Amino acid sequence: MAEREVRLMKGNEAIAHAAVRAGIDGYFGYPITPQSEVIETLAQLRPWETTGMVVLQAESEVASINMLYGGGGSGKRVMTSSSSPGVALMQEGISYMAGAEIPGLIVNVQRGGPGLGTIQPSQGDYFQSTRGGGNGDYNVIVLAPNSVQEMADFVDLGMNLAFKYRNPAMILSDGVIGQMMEKVVLPPMKPRRTEEEIIKECPWASTGHTKNREPNVITSLELRPELMEVKNKALQAKYEEIRNNEVRFETLHTDDAEYMFVAFGSAARVAEKAVELAREEGLRVGLFRPITLWPFPEKQLASLSKDKKGLLVVEMNAGQMVQDVRLAVDGSLPVAHFGRQGGIVPEPEEIVKALKEKLQ
Amino acid sequence: MKHEIIIAGFGGQGVLSMGKILAYSGLMEDKEVTWMPAYGPEQRGGTANVTVIVSDSRISSPVLSKYDVAIVLNQPSLDKFQPRVKPGGILIYDGNGIASPPTRTDIKVYRMDAMDKAAEMRNAKVFNMIVLGGLLKVCPVVSTEGLNMALFKTLPERYHNLIPLNMEAVEQGKQIIVEQ
Repeated sequence: MAEREVRLMKGNEAIAHAAVRAGIDGYFGYPITPQSEVIETLAQLRPWETTGMVVLQAESEVASINMLYGGGGSGKRVMTSSSSPGVALMQEGISYMAGAEIPGLIVNVQRGGPGLGTIQPSQGDYFQSTRGGGNGDYNVIVLAPNSVQEMADFVDLGMNLAFKYRNPAMILSDGVIGQMMEKVVLPPMKPRRTEEEIIKECPWASTGHTKNREPNVITSLELRPELMEVKNKALQAKYEEIRNNEVRFETLHTDDAEYMFVAFGSAARVAEKAVELAREEGLRVGLFRPITLWPFPEKQLASLSKDKKGLLVVEMNAGQMVQDVRLAVDGSLPVAHFGRQGGIVPEPEEIVKALKEKLQ
Repeated sequence: MKHEIIIAGFGGQGVLSMGKILAYSGLMEDKEVTWMPAYGPEQRGGTANVTVIVSDSRISSPVLSKYDVAIVLNQPSLDKFQPRVKPGGILIYDGNGIASPPTRTDIKVYRMDAMDKAAEMRNAKVFNMIVLGGLLKVCPVVSTEGLNMALFKTLPERYHNLIPLNMEAVEQGKQIIVEQ
């Protein structure tokens, strides 16, 4: 069973392998540290010779995202990847995709900002990812992997969610998960969909001339405000459905815990180490890890926080997810934040220290 | 059993490759492994380091501030990571170019002149394997067989003829490592 083989690879490489295996039709991207291994690995894998998947180095991130608009609009499973400054450039296109209800997958391997910033790991794009990021009222489904295995698994998951809800989905990773090597079992090979399957599964898509139906118009433009409000309400109803159905999270040692760390992605890995250190000192600490950042697991976090003394939100930013945590628990217990910025990864010891200083 | 290891030295010295071979060896023995480079714009001549964790159980953080074992291959790396070895831990250093040797007494300090040995073997490229040999002697993170298997698995077949030379370097490393 070669397909179940355990491999050792970087998170970025896992994304590329998983893309080929998830039956992706097209990858469009522009290199940027720390995620350039995605397109490098795809170039080495040469999937255009096997599955027929297109791999294209676009002239810019703006071009990449608009290629997603076109590919997704025709019902193809298309994706791009970049890092923070590049994803900032894509925001207009993502807003247009959300408005036109076009599925597609965007991978952000975050680095320190603002601006060109650093090339080291950061989680400074939480707001940009979970609040829409571009203009208008919309949301993107955001998955936050904390291992190389999840990098591989979330490609197919993200793409399936994107098609299920006709909405852009994002994998929000960072330089730690992208650059580190870990064991990974690659997902099984899934064939690309045929043209017939796409026409059947995506009756909304622009799939070419046909006599049997009205033309499918893919657009986010509606100049009549009363109709645009109807469109917005329909979008909001869809987002509500996603909130109800697609929340994902993980807990560790929360049952007997007095305090909980709340962290996502690589910060959750460091926080897990901080849980180990704190428990060695006799402090009963657990970890709550949101896997979907939007929809945020607010009900689940509120419910698990009921018998706790306090929450410490650990992030590689100045305090972004902490806002969602505060909204979720609504003042029912103390919530503090510990963050490092600019490309610095927190040390497990300083997280334990922050817990003692801020909450005990 | 869990080993939290930092390998640090000059860029281009093979620090990242050394870590990779170690991680692959762990994989061969069915252990959990992580390999996390401190990546940056630096290339040859700059500093490079990699954190490798080899464990029998699930690994939490791939990024650490304290280590069971530090392998330091130049003075800046020695200065930076000596204070970060856990009490009772291990520090291995190459004597080449070291003006201020390690001073801690609450850890085990080992010296190996791997650079000199590589020169003696007339192959600078086996330096990495000499160092790994020294590590396996004083801290058997993985077995020598695991290391051998990792080389077979990761090297392209056209280089398999070089594996005996590399394993010889591992043996040399085991012999030249000295407790200080």
